[in-house]
Amino acid sequence: MNGRLAARLAAMPLSGRIGFALVLFWLVVAVAGPLTAPHPVGKFVDEEVFSPASAQHWLGSDYLGRDVLSRLMWGARYTVLLALGAAALAVATGTSIALFAAIRGGLVDEVISRAMDTLISIPSKIFALVLVAAFGSSLALLMLIAAFTYIPGNYRIARALAVNLVGMDFVQVARARGEGAIHIAWREVLPNMIHPLLADMGLRFVFIVLLLSGLSFLGLGVQPPHADLGSLVRENISGLPQGASAILSPALAIATLTVGANLLIDALKGGGEA
Amino acid sequence: MIGQTSPAVEVSGLNIALDLPDGSSRAIVDNVSFAIPKGEVLALIGESGSGKTTIALAMMGYSRFGATISADRIRIGDMQIDALGERALGKVRGSRVAYIAQSAAAAFNPSRTIISQVIEPLIVHGLASRKEAREKAIGLFSALALPSPETIGDRYVHQVSGGQLQRLMAAMALITDPELIILDEPTTALDVTTQVEVLKTFKQAIVASGATAIYVSHDLAVVAQVADQIVVLKDGRMVEQGKAGDLLRSPQSDYTHSLIAAARPVNRAAAPDEAEALLTVEAVHAGYGRVRDGRAAIPVISDVSLALGKGCSLGIIGESGSGKSTLARVIGGLLPASAGAIRLGGELLAPGLAGRSREQLRQIQLVFQNADTALNPMQTVRDAIARPLAFYHGIRGAAADARVAELLDVIQLQPSLAERRTSELSGGQKQRVNLARALAAEPRVLLCDEVTSALDTVVGAAILDLIDALRRQMGIATIFISHDISTVRAFCDEMLVLYSGRVVETCSKAAFSTPVHHPYTELLIDSVPALDPGWLAMLGERHAPAIADTPADEALCPFLARCPVAIAGTCDSQPPSLRETAGMRLLCHAVQPQLASEALNQ
Repeated sequence: MNGRLAARLAAMPLSGRIGFALVLFWLVVAVAGPLTAPHPVGKFVDEEVFSPASAQHWLGSDYLGRDVLSRLMWGARYTVLLALGAAALAVATGTSIALFAAIRGGLVDEVISRAMDTLISIPSKIFALVLVAAFGSSLALLMLIAAFTYIPGNYRIARALAVNLVGMDFVQVARARGEGAIHIAWREVLPNMIHPLLADMGLRFVFIVLLLSGLSFLGLGVQPPHADLGSLVRENISGLPQGASAILSPALAIATLTVGANLLIDALKGGGEA
Repeated sequence: MIGQTSPAVEVSGLNIALDLPDGSSRAIVDNVSFAIPKGEVLALIGESGSGKTTIALAMMGYSRFGATISADRIRIGDMQIDALGERALGKVRGSRVAYIAQSAAAAFNPSRTIISQVIEPLIVHGLASRKEAREKAIGLFSALALPSPETIGDRYVHQVSGGQLQRLMAAMALITDPELIILDEPTTALDVTTQVEVLKTFKQAIVASGATAIYVSHDLAVVAQVADQIVVLKDGRMVEQGKAGDLLRSPQSDYTHSLIAAARPVNRAAAPDEAEALLTVEAVHAGYGRVRDGRAAIPVISDVSLALGKGCSLGIIGESGSGKSTLARVIGGLLPASAGAIRLGGELLAPGLAGRSREQLRQIQLVFQNADTALNPMQTVRDAIARPLAFYHGIRGAAADARVAELLDVIQLQPSLAERRTSELSGGQKQRVNLARALAAEPRVLLCDEVTSALDTVVGAAILDLIDALRRQMGIATIFISHDISTVRAFCDEMLVLYSGRVVETCSKAAFSTPVHHPYTELLIDSVPALDPGWLAMLGERHAPAIADTPADEALCPFLARCPVAIAGTCDSQPPSLRETAGMRLLCHAVQPQLASEALNQ
């Protein structure tokens, strides 16, 4: 497995290797960050607010005088794990339903597709507000909300891909052989749509980061003193005129994370093709 | 130096090399030279990958995939193509050199009217006003024997037939009165009957325009009809060159011999006579849309019956749209029949896949026409072949690997190919893997749907030989579906001719060689080009079938509108009668099959 991964990496274009490095970096930060952070996440460590980078505070301090580096390392955990988890959940669910609908076709497809159209029309923030108001904010709930919001969008894309593939001769061959729906979905159809699906997942990931930071801004997302990368940007927005490191570094973090994820996905070419 | 005898087109020492990423280059065309006198047609013939299209495109100074062209000379009339820059070439392309591509359907823009695209070369090169161009186009349409030439140009691509579209594309090429016309496999995608019509009009149009032409094809018989000279290519090199007649009569190289042999399939011995019926299809109807009283809203095949003996082979012949692929899908269960019965070894099969047992499914295997789409591009050759082994026979692991190697050996592929993805194989290799996958199930009936139509002649002939040999060794009954009657008659013990979803004739191999047939069968037989330069001219005017709709009354003969021997008062008022004799059944008022059995007995 390691040998194959190394071989895949070696075969990747430079952009792909950069993407892989960025994603790996953020995964490491997400896992190990809180353990190695120099200060506790909510501790006020600086007299000054929006102070620039210094020897004590590598990335300066935020609008309350807290250490930006420490907050960033904690925030990465929420953004990477929560958003990635939600994106993976949304894509897995949406694609599974899409495959089911595409392979069954007919009335089943029609009913599911119309139901998904209905879900798409629910405004995601209002929906999240209602659920958080009803159940109280928790990380699991946030992940579910974010995933649920992006299932219909992924369903649409996955279904469009799957419907084209289901009409292909090799799927007909599998049907004629008597294969069940699961084999057709998993072995015949899915491998041929994995690349655009990954690209879609990258897109959903970026959307979810934005949704979660929006929720945090409203006070419904990750609860203070913790914050995800999106809320770090929001809470330090008043530092923007001064070009404070407190707002630039989380923004840069989101940028490197999402760009890295997309570079990596683009480099994971669909197998045999050039 | 350009005197009166100087040829119109001259190419000498043409080399085309592909620049590889590692800095080296690979020759795809190597030292090709030819000359074409004015008004003559030169054919470039060879398999795919022989460089024939690449050479043809080089005549316009164009190369694909970033290949570089170098030549001692490429001259068309007074133009040195190899010396022209990109801007000057732009003036030449589409005006003095015209190109007719293989697939007209892909070459036309579906969202614009046809005439606006046909006159485009004149407008783009500023050679005529829109009104003049239109008049000229309409003149060409009637010269190319298109129906209602005044208005056909105002239609869109989907509103005309494939043969018409190919002729419309010829009009687009001819409209600027080019000095050189390049025809790149212009009839390969057409039915045999349409191909004859298109060939005929192309030939007349080329003669009438006085242009010089290059005809690219893999089909020697087609080339024989249009070409004055033939250049045989293999792997980018010239194998042989000569006058068409001489080259076909007395080919010098082994390769040309093999091409000619592949174009003339050798007759195979028939299977034992009294084989018990293995697969029977009884009065089957099928189609698309809602089914009412056993009839689909859009019927595709109606009242089809056939019987296939153990180890026998049956050929199903018809043009595209005749329902032959649909029949295969119905037998395979992919499209449930709306009425009728299908029996395998006496056992009644459910119409749909869901009602059939795995064992029943295993016994009938389909080999799809297009191996490019019939194999999952993400799977390796091993995955593709091993799946039916595991699915039907529970063979997994090392035993499966051994069986895959065995099957690869049967289909004559290197065992090392097992690890390759199917998308990395050549067309012929894919079709072999496609076949191996069906064989892995150990079927009793193999349905081969146009298995060679996407392949080169030589490769296709090899696949057919292989299927035929396997049928004999393993006793697998086969159904060959094809539009190519010459292949089918060589390989099959029995033939069934479909027209518009109905069986118009079934006959045995012996009866097939008699001259008595359904008029549609005759049309098909006469449409297969012979390896004889005089064939097209000899065909004359006898066959000019209008592509017509079937009669509104479905009880009447479906072929009525195209039938040259229809009896007025009988054929247009009474359903065709079934005429039956030893080895032959046909639906026709006009033809007496008894004559066939008499001819056989003599």
